[in-house]
Amino acid sequence: MKPLALLFVVAGLALIGWLTARARANHFLRTATRSSSLPGHHGWYVALWTLIPPLIFLALWSTVAPALVTDAVLATPAAAALPPQGFARATILSEARALGAGRAYGAFHALAETLAPAYAAAQTRFDWIATALALALAFAGGAFAFVRVRPGFAARTRVERIVMGALLAASLIAILTTIGIVASLLYESARFFAIVPLTDFLFGTHWSPQVVDPRDPGASLGALPLFWGTFFIGAVIAMAVAIPFGLMSAIYLTQYARPATRRWIKPMLEMLAGVPTVVYGYFAALTVAPAVRSLGVTLGIPWASSESALAAGLVMGVMIIPFVSSMADDSLAAVPGTMRDGSLALGATVSETIRKVLLPAALPGVVGGILLAISRAIGETMIVVMAASGVATLTANPFASATTVTRQIVDLLTGEAAFDSAKTLAAFALGLTLFVVTLLLNIVALSVVKTYREAYE
Amino acid sequence: MIASPSPTATMPPPKMTARDVCVAYGDKTAIDHVSIDIEQDRVIAFIGPSGCGKSTFLRTLNRMNDTIASARVAGDIRLDGQDIYAPEMDVVQLRARVGMVFQKPNPFPKSIYENVAYGPRIHGLARGKAELEATVERSLTRAGLWNEVKDRLSDSGTALSGGQQQRLCIARAIAVDPEVILMDEPCSALDPIATAKIEELIHELRGRYAIAIVTHNMQQAARVSQRTAFFHLGTLVEYGATSDIFTNPRQERTKDYITGRYG
Repeated sequence: MKPLALLFVVAGLALIGWLTARARANHFLRTATRSSSLPGHHGWYVALWTLIPPLIFLALWSTVAPALVTDAVLATPAAAALPPQGFARATILSEARALGAGRAYGAFHALAETLAPAYAAAQTRFDWIATALALALAFAGGAFAFVRVRPGFAARTRVERIVMGALLAASLIAILTTIGIVASLLYESARFFAIVPLTDFLFGTHWSPQVVDPRDPGASLGALPLFWGTFFIGAVIAMAVAIPFGLMSAIYLTQYARPATRRWIKPMLEMLAGVPTVVYGYFAALTVAPAVRSLGVTLGIPWASSESALAAGLVMGVMIIPFVSSMADDSLAAVPGTMRDGSLALGATVSETIRKVLLPAALPGVVGGILLAISRAIGETMIVVMAASGVATLTANPFASATTVTRQIVDLLTGEAAFDSAKTLAAFALGLTLFVVTLLLNIVALSVVKTYREAYE
Repeated sequence: MIASPSPTATMPPPKMTARDVCVAYGDKTAIDHVSIDIEQDRVIAFIGPSGCGKSTFLRTLNRMNDTIASARVAGDIRLDGQDIYAPEMDVVQLRARVGMVFQKPNPFPKSIYENVAYGPRIHGLARGKAELEATVERSLTRAGLWNEVKDRLSDSGTALSGGQQQRLCIARAIAVDPEVILMDEPCSALDPIATAKIEELIHELRGRYAIAIVTHNMQQAARVSQRTAFFHLGTLVEYGATSDIFTNPRQERTKDYITGRYG
């Protein structure tokens, strides 16, 4: 039986288990005075016992079945003609597999054609074994559960426990995925640092991954200009835009705007956060970058780049405004209203109250928000891919071209280099560095915000 | 208007006068035609059940109701004969002259020193550091807090106990040299000992400022005030010498309230 059909059959069995167990429970609960579980709980108990064991079995099976099928095919006499280990052998086997499953209609290798029937036969045989085992497990589980459906049986607590288990598993998936990502980053970065010394990578000032000298790969893989460019675009230029405008809009919205005004300005501001970053990207590349360049030329910088740090940073700053604004908005709103009244009652004006009482009181929250905004800005990719330069220069001139870590990762991985070259592995080292920095920023920001919240609760 | 017998014949003109004051929040009337005098060097207590409008009336006296968008004030309120709702009245100046202490102590999250220095700084009252320090010390002394905090002026104001925080707020109000001090249930968040200290302080401050205090506590009104106004459902029911209100109320509703029939 095909896996999908098998799933439907198992689900059908679970449904039958649910119905019969419920009917049985209904029957005996009519006579029992009081039971810990409703008939539905008994139904779910049997249904879950019918469903879960075959599902677990099938999940495990699907990981080992292909290997079992291939082993069976290799045991046939026709397989003796296969070339030894290597690329050709794998190609023939995968062609034969596709033919056997009916996913292809011809093959380049004649041998694949002869092996195809063996594949089909082996696949069918193992599918039947899987079906038989899964159904046996479903029946066994269902029967085990069904005989336990008795008046005094606490089906409710067991079902609740299974539900809790499912919820726990759901929350673990995100964590496990993160751990997996970090592990792969660490693994690939370790391979990179086996080729390039850590100090060359972190402190080297020359970055030209297109021409890596195999005798001294570290000489052209110094990532300092990248770190500087990322910091300059994301934390300096973007923040120079996002912090003042974000803060001022938060102050206006929380302190001056009438409720009606706030009701339509705030959602509009938050809509900025919903614009796809690729749209910001071409806005930066097509509109802002030429304008910045001509501004530079007007100011007397004839070599002003059309891929300037300023263009990418400005647009990134605009993108971050709603983020800073909403964090600052929350922090200002968290300052008790009595604080504001106290200051106003002393004869302070609204702006004195904001500057001298509300902002200092909200400062930790605002700082936390800014740190989170920076961590977002330096991880931002699409805008810099489209608007920033690919050339790494160590410059503090906003009209000069600059590149960022994320931009370089994209460039390194979209090339055609082999996956074990220093050039490609450098992408993972860059990714790891970025990950560590944003992680630290987030930890610091969240702890700052947390201590601040505690101060007012 | 309810006529009020003057307790003494040689009274100076009242510091503040309120005539036919009405306040509405949206289309809901909170205060209906209230007329009261607030006299120099006296304490007037506003009593009445919750929601009777006594706090709302207090907040009209330094225009704190301006901060509530839906509030509208009608009537005539004068400070030294000057209409405080007149267009040429500077609300900043008004609030410097009519200070306020709130129900819940609300020191700023700054040091004790900075809390008190805040008002003089924004009004430019002190020339130089020495003068500011003198103002802070004088204010804290008058608020009866100096001896408790003189060695830790740089500690946060929010680290003080509730009663100390409230006295810090009083010191903060005194520091801008007001003529009138409004107190909105200043002891309702405090324990009995802290309350006694605040009441003692009100006695001491009486000779210097006109004081209006809103209170739920009738014993407190009897202890600290010379005149009492009883509010009910947004109207001023009775207004006169505290001793008269508590021993010989003229209105049935006042009598019912002070004898605990409702409230």
